[in-house]
Amino acid sequence: MNIDQIQDAIIEEFGCFDQWMDKYEYLIDLGKRLPLIDDEYKTEEYLIRGCQSQVWLRAEMNNGALRFTADSDAIITKGIIALLIRVLANQKPEDIAAAQLYFIDAIGLREHLSSTRANGLVNMVNTLKSTGKKFSAAH
Amino acid sequence: MNSPHKPQAVALDVEAVRAEFPILSRRIKDNPLVYLDNGATAQKPQGVIDTIEHYYREFNSNVHRGVHHLSQQATEAYEEAREILRAHLNAEHAHEVLLTGGTTAGINLVASSWGRAHLAAGDEVIVSTMEHHSNIVPWQLICEERGARLRVVPVTTTGELRMDVFAELLSARTKLVAVTHVSNALGTINPVAEIIALAHDAGALVLLDGAQAAPHLRIDVRALDVDFYAFSGHKVFGPTGVGVLYGKASLLDDMPPYQGGGEMIERVTFEKTTYAELPHKFEAGTPNIVGGIGLGAAIAWFARFDAAALSAHEQDILTYATAALSAIDRLRIIGTARDKACVISFLIENTHPFDIGAILDQQGVAVRTGHHCCQPLMDFYDTPGTVRASFALYNNRADVDALVAGVERAAAMLA
Repeated sequence: MNIDQIQDAIIEEFGCFDQWMDKYEYLIDLGKRLPLIDDEYKTEEYLIRGCQSQVWLRAEMNNGALRFTADSDAIITKGIIALLIRVLANQKPEDIAAAQLYFIDAIGLREHLSSTRANGLVNMVNTLKSTGKKFSAAH
Repeated sequence: MNSPHKPQAVALDVEAVRAEFPILSRRIKDNPLVYLDNGATAQKPQGVIDTIEHYYREFNSNVHRGVHHLSQQATEAYEEAREILRAHLNAEHAHEVLLTGGTTAGINLVASSWGRAHLAAGDEVIVSTMEHHSNIVPWQLICEERGARLRVVPVTTTGELRMDVFAELLSARTKLVAVTHVSNALGTINPVAEIIALAHDAGALVLLDGAQAAPHLRIDVRALDVDFYAFSGHKVFGPTGVGVLYGKASLLDDMPPYQGGGEMIERVTFEKTTYAELPHKFEAGTPNIVGGIGLGAAIAWFARFDAAALSAHEQDILTYATAALSAIDRLRIIGTARDKACVISFLIENTHPFDIGAILDQQGVAVRTGHHCCQPLMDFYDTPGTVRASFALYNNRADVDALVAGVERAAAMLA
């Protein structure tokens, strides 16, 4: 599936949730299944700034597509980065760099995160996209 | 002392007080708002909102210089606000009450102006581990500039100042002690009378950060004999962007101006400028006029409540909330001093404060999570932050019940 197909699938899944608790439980569960970054990479270099909780993210090239591993000390944040990774993992770096992540607004993720927390979300998205850009330039 | 600004104390009817705050009837995400972030900023009663609106509708104009009617009206209202603040603090003179941008601005004023004039190499300034960054960084900056040394009073695990260490740190080198009256992160009420007496015995001045004390306690600067006292308007039901710095007239008179500009001068020539009298010497530029007037209205409103009734209500909420939260499995309260204002910081084992705050928010419960601008204190407790519920006089037991139910739900979801 390409990035937009995955986004559409997520929008459809979230459409089934009519309670905030369902969304959060989904995020918490997704966070528990996040492909974890190795502890040795939990350093300044891989830390995403601007989050109230700490987020580490690392990308690796694998057969022309990017693989991501990440972690956070907060479980909801972990769910958010897991959701972003679900959309962007195993995609070509240039597609990641060009992606329009419309699913964030469509599932009410931004609205459910106040501005300070949304800043963390914005930084996560920016880091993911600039990683795509960096790898496509190097490619 | 009889003052036209000290009306008869009124009893505290919490439900009637709540009705004065329009925002408290808002619904957040289909839940009634439960506002427990008063330590960050308090809500505003209708009277304060009306005062601000009235100012802009009826007499907005610049103060102190205008010859016209509106300017005189604005000046009178602004200076009347200063008088309300003077009476509330029991300061001797209205010109000892400087209107600032807030607590941070007040502390920076003292650190810069007094510090530059009075600190020299080898001198010491004492702060404590529980200070807000606003009462650490200004002192670090001026100490670095002057070659002075910053000393730190540690805290006990319950969140009380180590008064034994404080007594040891005091010496002839100590020039100033800057401590918080009430801890924003822990709620601890510090023994400020004792701190002031000990500091004065050592020949040092005392600045109290009153940001968290002003909404909960009655402050009598003369009874305390405090040298400087700073607080913010927005935490005492007034507007943002305005605050108070009280300073003893003898000290303020002796201090050089902090910022230059209009309002603060007596006569300007290129050879030499002479400065205005207090308080204008420290109020350069057009002041926050509506802020000052709004703060006056807020303090006049707040000062009506009987101090004992206010304290009894807040202590009831504190005791009730402490007991209910303590009963939650894996929950630990950070800050268990004997003498506390109505603030509770807590952690749930293996759970990040952000997660609890985010789930509480979904239930309409507003709390603060994070380091509360107290990173040295969080380092002491070895945590990146806490969840903090901070109460005001309009909070009731139903608010506590909503908090407890919300935390229980969060704990269950995050387990």
